Amino acid sequence: MRVLITENLRIDLDSELWECRHCGKALISARENYKRGLLVYNRDPREIHKPLLDPAKYALTYSPNPDWCRILEYYCPRCGSMIETEYLPPGHPPVHDIQLDIDALKAQWRDRAEVREHAPGADAGLDKLLSQRAVHARTHSH
Amino acid sequence: MDDITLSARQQALLDRFLHENKLFYAPDPSIMENHRIAPRSELEERLLSQPLDRQKINELRGLIVAALDESHTMIEQMGAAPGAKWGDMTTAIFTAAGDLSMIAPHGVGGFAAAVFYPIKFIIKHWIPEPTVGVREGDGFIHNDARYGGIHNTDQSMMMPVFWKGEIVCWLSATIHEGENGACEPGGMPAAAESKFDEGLKMPPFKVVENFELKRDLVTFLQNSVRDPKLQLEDMKVRLHSVLRLRERVLKILEAFGPEALVSTLRVHIEDVVTEVRRRIAELPDGTTRTVSFADSTLRENALLKLNMAITVQGEKMIVDMRGSSPELLNRSINACQASFKTMLFTGFMQNIWPDLPFTMAVFTPFDFIFDEKSLINGSFDTPQAMSLIPLFKTMTIACIPMAKFNYSLPQRYTAMVAPQYDQPATLIYGGLTQHSEYVGNFCADINGMGQGGRSHRDGEHSVSPPFAAHCDLGEIELMEEDLPMVRLGAFTLARDRVGFGKQRSGLGYEQIHTYRNSGLWGFMTGCSGSLFCSAQPLFGGYASPTYPLCKVKGVNVFEFLAQQPEALPLDIVRIMNEQPIPGASYSTHDMGMTFELAAPGELYMMCQGAGGGYGDVLQRDPQLVMKDLEEDLISDATAREIYQVIYDPASRVVDEAATERARAAERQARLARGKPYDAFLAEWQTPAPPAHLPFFGCWDDATVVYGVSMGQRVKMDGKALSSMFMLNPKDLRIAELEAQLKAALARP
Repeated sequence: MRVLITENLRIDLDSELWECRHCGKALISARENYKRGLLVYNRDPREIHKPLLDPAKYALTYSPNPDWCRILEYYCPRCGSMIETEYLPPGHPPVHDIQLDIDALKAQWRDRAEVREHAPGADAGLDKLLSQRAVHARTHSH
Repeated sequence: MDDITLSARQQALLDRFLHENKLFYAPDPSIMENHRIAPRSELEERLLSQPLDRQKINELRGLIVAALDESHTMIEQMGAAPGAKWGDMTTAIFTAAGDLSMIAPHGVGGFAAAVFYPIKFIIKHWIPEPTVGVREGDGFIHNDARYGGIHNTDQSMMMPVFWKGEIVCWLSATIHEGENGACEPGGMPAAAESKFDEGLKMPPFKVVENFELKRDLVTFLQNSVRDPKLQLEDMKVRLHSVLRLRERVLKILEAFGPEALVSTLRVHIEDVVTEVRRRIAELPDGTTRTVSFADSTLRENALLKLNMAITVQGEKMIVDMRGSSPELLNRSINACQASFKTMLFTGFMQNIWPDLPFTMAVFTPFDFIFDEKSLINGSFDTPQAMSLIPLFKTMTIACIPMAKFNYSLPQRYTAMVAPQYDQPATLIYGGLTQHSEYVGNFCADINGMGQGGRSHRDGEHSVSPPFAAHCDLGEIELMEEDLPMVRLGAFTLARDRVGFGKQRSGLGYEQIHTYRNSGLWGFMTGCSGSLFCSAQPLFGGYASPTYPLCKVKGVNVFEFLAQQPEALPLDIVRIMNEQPIPGASYSTHDMGMTFELAAPGELYMMCQGAGGGYGDVLQRDPQLVMKDLEEDLISDATAREIYQVIYDPASRVVDEAATERARAAERQARLARGKPYDAFLAEWQTPAPPAHLPFFGCWDDATVVYGVSMGQRVKMDGKALSSMFMLNPKDLRIAELEAQLKAALARP
């Protein structure tokens, strides 16, 4: 039985391992921080959010300031998929973002059927937006 | 003297003395720190212990919602505040104890979710107070967020509904008014250095008797703001929308009786609590965490951290915000914990559980933990007029940790969505209009944030503010009729300013503002995110970019356009890079600008922002990248270098095989440059924030909080935070220039 935890990660409840969803590589114990099973790269944010204004003319160019902001990119060590990204000040400890109770997870999924891929499903947020917009438009012509 | 013990009689005497001689009815912590619904009243207990007629409850719910819709529409049609024209208001109904039960179906729920605090204040303090009391026909006004609210621009009217001498429910109407007499026009003063700079600070007080506004009090309020017409008009609008709502509720009482109404209002919120407990219980047990950074106090650049850990234990959810930035005693960006909870709740209703009824009861199963004197649990003395800086982040911050709980669910309630753009990127204005009226308010662009990428599709462009799905952008032509402002560029999506990802974010748009036909006009902005990206990504996407404020000064653009109408590109990037107007001064600034007067025809240019991207850019469908190119959302450089798509630039036909090779090569490059986590950590992590960063919040330990006070870094125990006191940026600049001058003079 595997449980999908993010777009890129799942937990194998039998082996108690984090796995990459794209290549199936077992990363590290599910009781550990999954990031310890990945590769990390300290990315200069100007390489992604490139300056749109001429840096010779302006200090602020739509690019983050690299002395304030870095991007940590986390890669699967087998297939190179981007598992997670994290925007942090230089030197800031990465966040231990997912820490699940594995015993409770096993108990919770004992009676659930495995989900291998999620169907697109409902988008209640968008439905709400469209319906409220329609009411607003109906009642408020300007 | 410590060993004095009072007898029961003495204690009773002391209690009575203190009760009868209360010095000041400050915000009541027992109200302001309690977000949960009240226990059932005796009547509710009796009614809900019996079998319920669910059909009748549903019928009443429909009638109440229709009445709320009608009263809300009245405000939309009649409200004078710009915010009322774009949907920035709501009407609501509360139980007799003051718990929010229902809001208008297209109202801003955060307003109602904050108004239960002042209603509970009125119930607790003004009903028993002989000089105040609460009688049929009374109405109360309120705007001070310290007594409940989001910020002081929002004014509410609250009225009890009596039936045979007893209060059976409360009604409210709230509008974002804007102008409130603060030290800067528009009601959201970034320059406020104390709460006394914030303009009107109304605790709940009685301004209506016998269903009529008391004109002496109205005059006092009009005399305290820049726009007395607006103040009067909208007080009348709020009162009369509440009176219409009251008429409808009385009809329901006549037709169904009070017990049916009381049952309906209470069952509605208890059902929500039950459902939320069920939803929490089906999440995995554990803790998910995130951090979010604002990079400005609106007076200086500073890195202000929000530190969030959400823990699920069975049916309980614990939101732990310890380790967040300390409060800033002389900056206006603090928020009290009630405002924080309200806006976090608003974000849950927009992105996480949008299908639930909008009642604060959603948070009844939640526990919260804060440090005292933190930026989001600010003390009574802190200015909070621009609380939007942390609160806009608050509305989106839970998207990431909740997605990490929700992703595994076999049945989802909505799509996973990366955070929406999370700063109020709008221009605030003030001055004398072409109609010779003094005004101060803000533009509807605050409602145009790009959405984050979603699990099944891209984010929507400039879709809404993060606090309400329905608010719109207003009409530029209407604005130009009332105000001297002219929009030379509006609603052009900001190309390449995207949260890249497998599913990209929605984009924000460019705004090019100027004015004419006024002898006194100025602007301010109250926004962070010029150095550090605002909207964070989800599951391996990239964030929104950073956004500067761009100015073109020292020139009148209307004179230039009269001579060369074709020579000005209506595109911020081209204007700034090509500098088409000779003799003008072109500059970029961070987005925290206190109010400044402008000359006619000068340009102030900014963007509404993009949301965060969702998923790995290398997994984005190359055809969607081509569609982005066709729609002018991205450049060829982005398609090639970020998404690694190979295509014929003329025909935009994708070379699938070459694209797959390019993406495989990029994956190999990632493997080559990435380092194992532990080895990376050893060289990356520093024991404390770098010396060059004005950093506020915890670093590696949530119980130790850093700050900067009087220009010096301080390190504090999270349980005993001090308020930070910031130096005046102008004093710092003067000192810097004096030092430069001294050094220059000292040179031989």
